[in-house]
Amino acid sequence: MSGEKPRMKKSLIVATLSNGLKIFLKEIHTAPIISSWIWYRVGSRDELQGCTGISHWVEHMQFKGTPQFPASMLDKAISREGGTWNAMTYLDWTAYYETMPADKIDLALRLEADRMINSQFDEKEVASERTVIISEREGNENEPLFQLGEAVQQAAFRIHPYHHEVIGDMADLRSITRDDLYNHYRAFYIPNNAVMAVAGDFETKTMLARIRELFETIPAGPQPVRVARPEGEQRGEIRLSVEGPGSTTYLQVCYHFPAASHPDFFPLIVLDSLLAGPSNFNLFSGGISNKTSRLYRALVDKEYAVGVYGGAQATVDPFLYSIVLTVHPKRNAEETLAALDAEIERVCREKVTKAEIVRAIKQAKALFAYGSESITNQACWMGYSEMFADYGWFEHYLNRLAAVTAKDVQRVANEYFKPQNRVVGTYVPMERGKV
Amino acid sequence: MKKIKSALPGPNDVYREVLPNGITVLTRSNFNSPSVVISGYFDAGSLFDPDEKLGLADFVASALMRGTKKHSFDEIYNILESAGASLGFSAGTHKSGFNGRSLAEDLPLLLNLLAETLTQPVFPKVEMEKLRAQVLTGLAISAEDTSEMASETFDKILYRDHPYSRPEEGTPETVKRITRDDLMRFHRECFGPRGMVIVVVGAVKAEEAVRQVKRALGGWQVRGQKEPPALPEVKPLRRTITKHHRIAGKSQSDLVIGTNGPRRRDAEYMAASLGNNVLGQFGMMGRIGDVVREQAGLAYYAYSSLYAGIGPGSWEVSAGVNPANVTRAIRLIVDELKRFVQEGVTEDELVNSKANFIGRLPLSLESNGGVAGALLNIERHDLGLDYYQRYADWVNEVTCEQVLAVARKFIDPDKLAIAVAGP
Repeated sequence: MSGEKPRMKKSLIVATLSNGLKIFLKEIHTAPIISSWIWYRVGSRDELQGCTGISHWVEHMQFKGTPQFPASMLDKAISREGGTWNAMTYLDWTAYYETMPADKIDLALRLEADRMINSQFDEKEVASERTVIISEREGNENEPLFQLGEAVQQAAFRIHPYHHEVIGDMADLRSITRDDLYNHYRAFYIPNNAVMAVAGDFETKTMLARIRELFETIPAGPQPVRVARPEGEQRGEIRLSVEGPGSTTYLQVCYHFPAASHPDFFPLIVLDSLLAGPSNFNLFSGGISNKTSRLYRALVDKEYAVGVYGGAQATVDPFLYSIVLTVHPKRNAEETLAALDAEIERVCREKVTKAEIVRAIKQAKALFAYGSESITNQACWMGYSEMFADYGWFEHYLNRLAAVTAKDVQRVANEYFKPQNRVVGTYVPMERGKV
Repeated sequence: MKKIKSALPGPNDVYREVLPNGITVLTRSNFNSPSVVISGYFDAGSLFDPDEKLGLADFVASALMRGTKKHSFDEIYNILESAGASLGFSAGTHKSGFNGRSLAEDLPLLLNLLAETLTQPVFPKVEMEKLRAQVLTGLAISAEDTSEMASETFDKILYRDHPYSRPEEGTPETVKRITRDDLMRFHRECFGPRGMVIVVVGAVKAEEAVRQVKRALGGWQVRGQKEPPALPEVKPLRRTITKHHRIAGKSQSDLVIGTNGPRRRDAEYMAASLGNNVLGQFGMMGRIGDVVREQAGLAYYAYSSLYAGIGPGSWEVSAGVNPANVTRAIRLIVDELKRFVQEGVTEDELVNSKANFIGRLPLSLESNGGVAGALLNIERHDLGLDYYQRYADWVNEVTCEQVLAVARKFIDPDKLAIAVAGP
């Protein structure tokens, strides 16, 4: 039988190098693992038409090598040391991470320092990656919910660059050049536009010294100006439909939603929890079911839909709250939408109970506990929260939820969940052979 | 290295006990996070399904939580979700399984619900019809999914008249035939404590975890619990068979190319697994990724997998490509398989893959769910409680000759199953 291990003290250190690179370090000595993340403030919201998808493509090119770590060596180096690594591009950010056995982390640090400045963007590699990304997009296009989501997002944002998908439009994927990619890389991949976060089994002083040694020589660049094209208020409900193969109808209803740093975000998160089950913001830990959420009870249990999803994203600028319904085969989209609207009206009309709020907070607390099982996930949060707010957002999340009142919830329900503030999209399945 | 080894689960920190009714309990404490995971399996897989009612085991697994003698569907989920906990069942071919998680303080709640749904489901008629509509919609969605259909088509070619050729979820026709009586009979005859394994990992002491499992399930007794049906042999392919499953209107086709593979328990499993890593996993999806993605730029994903379980496994290469590139991608992949069985792997490649296997082990055991999966793996395949602590030895023993031998034993590039789904 095993006894209880002592709880390790978790200490967080924040530092900024002379070139502007912000560093978060958190010692966690529960396993011989270190997870290292580097986050850049660049994503699909930094792209104008003609260059959509370029941030994601740059992320792909970051795996294509530098003079010191050529492509053929790069992809084997981390694997050989038993590490896992990956990268992701999103609306507001691009992130790279390596989780390694603790004694092997130096390789990851050297690699990230190197590719912050020395990636080559070889013309041949650009050509081969173009077809890979086009193939990635074609795979996405196979999914009805991608088709629908893309159409809804684009209708919700006419001005703001949140209007296109991270993967980009096919036309731009065909026309973006090597120099476009390289210039985008050079403009955004600079230390003063990045946050580094490392968590795990290390000694802070040694780790900080090593990071300084590797990263501080990289020169700062001119601070990139982010595209500032705020979306005006939507004046009236937008409805659209997308036709495609299949036999299942989907409904996607999106409401304009505030930025993660906005005070209304927290009462809305409580509302989300009781409408559709808690949103799980952890990137490395699953969520829980939503079968006693209001929308499940009203829509799935009453057979207007066979499944319901609802959730928000944490973003820099106002984005969307998205409800996705798989329409029940015995209903049409209008009937299902009417049933959804009845529930939305109820939450606007009647105050939610204290018990429902307490429940939402317990759910959030459990999801946080699940997320803290993984060192990778803990390292992730330090940089992730900085990309749309700051680390305090993460630290105070549960307290801010606990401060939400029933009155707050009713107010935000009325303010955000109104028809003029939404886009309703329907995926209309066409019989085989007709598309 | 000492430190890494001590962080791996082993006889020193994994507690195992077989309860008098046959349930095996494994538990490992982890107080680093205030959460706990339960996971397990029991002998009620789809092998029991009659052909005309395929999908029965799957239906039963999904229906367990739709109502018990004590609680309705909504009440069950209200208890769970109010605690931020989760619990779910799913059916596999040999076994059905469950997974749940909660804050450590709610472990009794989780185990009570597990016991109640396992032993006292009532399969309410109204709920069964709702569930049936959901299952049928799920099947309709899968029928339009190129990846799912390529995989299903592959199994049909490779396993032909073997039970592994059957889709576990059933078909619309077979799911429509399943009655409430079928569910009740299946539960009565196939469910029971014999052969059941439950793993508890998280912020709870071992003795406390075992005590709680005993309290919840120690009293479960079933007379006449059915023995799982015997598994026939798989007949190897005599030539390459290609099938194209048409799905109109899609912008990408999925393909699966492969053949049989070893069972998890076979001595050659580790050599096959290391070989597979070189073939289509290591770095950016191994040699397959290098040829199909990096050099030809044909696919976003192209990789190989070894599926080794209780019975005969499979060795598969999967890729998603533009419909116009299907033939070219197949040729590139078959050429790589030829090279693999002709040349095997180089010493350098093998060393890299060994380092990868050994180095990544602690990472796969980071979360409670990862440890629970590892303990179930030990139990299901009789690997021994010290398996993960001796893992590096198992890996390091493998030679290039062994990899070549196992590749040649299973992969014949002239006798492949090739499945394509798309336009």
